[in-house]
Amino acid sequence: MAQPDSGTNTMVSIPALLRRNANSFGNSAAFREKEFGIWQTWTWSKALDEAESFGLGLIELGIETGDFVAIIGRNRPDLYISMIAIQMAGGIPVPLYQDAVAEEMEYVLAHCGAKFVVAGDQEQVDKVLEIQSKLPDFEQMIYLDGRGLRKYDHSKLHSFSSVMESGKNCGDNSRSILEKRESAISYDATCVMLYTSGTTGKPKGVVLSNANIIETAKTTCEFDNLKREDEILAYLPMAWIGDFIFSVGQAMWSGFCVNCPESADTLSTDLREIGPTYYFAPPRVFEMQLTNVMIRMEDSGRFKKWLFDYFMAHARRVGSDILDGKSVGFGSKLKYLLGELAVYGPLKNTLGFSKVRVGYTAGEAIGPEIFEFYRSIGINLKQLYGQTEASVYITQQPDGEVRGDTVGVPTPGVEVRIGDNGEVYYKSPGTFVEYYKNPKSTADTKDSEGWVATGDAGFFEEDTGHLRIIDRAKDVAKMSDGSMFAPKYVENKLKFYPNILEAVVFGAGRKRCVAFINIDLSAVGNWAERNNIAYSSYQELAGHPKVLETIQSHVEEVNASIAKDKMLAGCQVHRFLVLHKELDADDGELTRTRKVRRKIIADKFEDLVSALYDGSTSVFTETEVTYEDGRKGKISATLEIKDAMTNNVADIAAQ
Amino acid sequence: MNTDDGYITEDGRKIGGVVMEMKNITLRFGGVTAIKDITFDIREGEIRAIIGPNGAGKSSMLNVVSGFYVPQEGEVFFRGEKRPPLKPFEVARQGIARTFQNIALFEGMSVLDNVMTGRLTQMNSGFISQALWRGKAEREEIENREICERVIDFLEIQSIRKTPVSRLPYGLKKRVELARALASEPKLLLLDEPMAGMNVEEKEDMSRFILDVNDEFGTTIALIEHDMGVVMDLSDRVVVMDYGKKIGDGTPSEVRNNQAVIDAYLGVSHD
Repeated sequence: MAQPDSGTNTMVSIPALLRRNANSFGNSAAFREKEFGIWQTWTWSKALDEAESFGLGLIELGIETGDFVAIIGRNRPDLYISMIAIQMAGGIPVPLYQDAVAEEMEYVLAHCGAKFVVAGDQEQVDKVLEIQSKLPDFEQMIYLDGRGLRKYDHSKLHSFSSVMESGKNCGDNSRSILEKRESAISYDATCVMLYTSGTTGKPKGVVLSNANIIETAKTTCEFDNLKREDEILAYLPMAWIGDFIFSVGQAMWSGFCVNCPESADTLSTDLREIGPTYYFAPPRVFEMQLTNVMIRMEDSGRFKKWLFDYFMAHARRVGSDILDGKSVGFGSKLKYLLGELAVYGPLKNTLGFSKVRVGYTAGEAIGPEIFEFYRSIGINLKQLYGQTEASVYITQQPDGEVRGDTVGVPTPGVEVRIGDNGEVYYKSPGTFVEYYKNPKSTADTKDSEGWVATGDAGFFEEDTGHLRIIDRAKDVAKMSDGSMFAPKYVENKLKFYPNILEAVVFGAGRKRCVAFINIDLSAVGNWAERNNIAYSSYQELAGHPKVLETIQSHVEEVNASIAKDKMLAGCQVHRFLVLHKELDADDGELTRTRKVRRKIIADKFEDLVSALYDGSTSVFTETEVTYEDGRKGKISATLEIKDAMTNNVADIAAQ
Repeated sequence: MNTDDGYITEDGRKIGGVVMEMKNITLRFGGVTAIKDITFDIREGEIRAIIGPNGAGKSSMLNVVSGFYVPQEGEVFFRGEKRPPLKPFEVARQGIARTFQNIALFEGMSVLDNVMTGRLTQMNSGFISQALWRGKAEREEIENREICERVIDFLEIQSIRKTPVSRLPYGLKKRVELARALASEPKLLLLDEPMAGMNVEEKEDMSRFILDVNDEFGTTIALIEHDMGVVMDLSDRVVVMDYGKKIGDGTPSEVRNNQAVIDAYLGVSHD
């Protein structure tokens, strides 16, 4: 370990870790952000200076011990530093999803009673001002980017730099308050509060202690041997536990550098320029990147296409084995080396993955082809399984034991057991303290011994000891004939096709399963372009007969593969339709982390579900949509309903 | 409402004294009279719109303001002084920048290089020192690049910084043109139909940027625009032209209720 050993038992808070890092390697980079076209660096000493100044500025503004401070904005060093400053000044940071609409923010801000808000820009300031009359505890707001805010009433509004300036020039009184509050932080005190995305019902505030975060960071940094020299790119929402663990917990513990992109649009360029060594992305991101690569290869010249296909076929054969250190023939190795020169190396460089040593994906199941693709070109992509309540980690895959269909073995320090109903339970040093102001939910989730119900159904593979997750425990239901209904299992299989972006399967308590499908505009759009199919809107493309034909073939292939599994054969999709709009978090159909909200979708599109069951061949529907700026509109469409071929279980069993 | 020291707008901004004054301007092309005896002024910090039906002489008027056309009759006063006929670069040095109705960018060059051309009048190191990239030339380039990067950041075009202009969609090209004009840090910005050919979303973005430029840098803006909704929302005062004559001048609400303006737009027969 590259850890400077300075009595780890005194490291009981994030500010303490920051001070340790600033003292032991003050001149190394702590944060970087691209601004004005150049990567600007914050060294650890500068980060500490700024955190202190900002913390003092907050004290001048009147922050008290235990006050909640909301943070809303994209990933920026200033916002990370402000989180630590809030802790120094005795407060508790509450990062929020920056793309949440004002009403969603209202619930969270009112629930925790945030006294201060640190907002990234005018957009966020506007949202908070819009709802401030409903927030009795709200007092002051601090903004980072002052653009467009000149004319605003500044009685409650302060610029980030002015707060920092007032902290720098403050008197000894404030300094001693800061010192007192910072040294009073205990290991069991609250470190951060994060709101769960709320797949069901209202978001819940998950209270995580310093011990949760630091213990988790410690064991997981050891697990993957994360060092000071590592680099990450912080681009996932700050309100998500993963970002807090990676960009704050682990970064502070091992002292690696957190790089923030210039803007959301420049992400791929920034990724390429930084070349992170430790990288996390949800499956969707990997999927999108692979789709882009494939689209570009389709458009490339014949020779290049041949070269790509030839070496990718070889990589599929031996790439993963080489990565896992298994023995392969000398000839294969040599050919792989050639492939590295001609295809894999340049491809990894284009994707920004040249230096990735440890890569993780989690949150949803990842398609086996996608997972294999990245591993075969030499990227050490692994899976982990976790949730906010566990400070992320429950299980993860050790190097050399990576597979597409499992989520790995329990993280060191975590105990996992499977309940009688198949639900996964865990107990770990990272287990959350409580749901804020919600003892009932806390008691429902965490029992007196500290075992937490994940809500996921799964089982341990007998021979490998790896955990496999089937579905959400409460989504696993029975069909009317008593066979098992696991919608997510089917949906994931459907979503592995690049043409299908999202799928929702219904069938609980019914005789047969039916599905809604969302096409992937970039993949299907490119296909349409190459086949000279003209379309003017998403809706028109989604309803095109040839698209329906393709989707039907995908559904039938999935049916064939499900039929092989005796337990789940009843989940074959008998009828489906392609939705006329993309499922969207703004319309409440997905969570902010883009998980399907099954119940809401079933209620909203009730007419479509009943049409799928009553045997009609088409259905007219009208749907309300919310635009990005919050306005609402309506779209209507006549959707065609398709029958998909299914396979008789008995036939297969007989074969 | 107007005094010599300026006025306060409806949304509470302070508008300063007269920056540019057009006095009895008449412009002819051979036998065609494009502008007939027009007088108006542009004040410090305001957004001044020139509107009118097709062929009303709006673009000609803007070209007189920018100094590209020299009127046969009348006088142009800039900051209280009568302006002699000037070359385009001399106008630029006075702090006047413009965008064009039909985009006039260097198509083969990257966005950044295009924006950097907006700084040309501020660079004065010699050919040799630029070629050797030493001393003054290097310092100058770094300073000017920083100004350009601030503009790029302001207009949110970081992701296309290195993209050749020819590959950009129309709406973005318009934004790059605005960036180039802003890079010269103008006191007076002339926009010739900044929203022409844009969809609603692009128009909203552009309006936001124009307001932000005015708000953030205090830049005086004179613009020509067809979209009445945009003009009425954006501008502090509006000049209305028809057939080369001024038929109205005032705040958007005054102009909206002006009978001559209504006639011009609804199409009353002219005799």
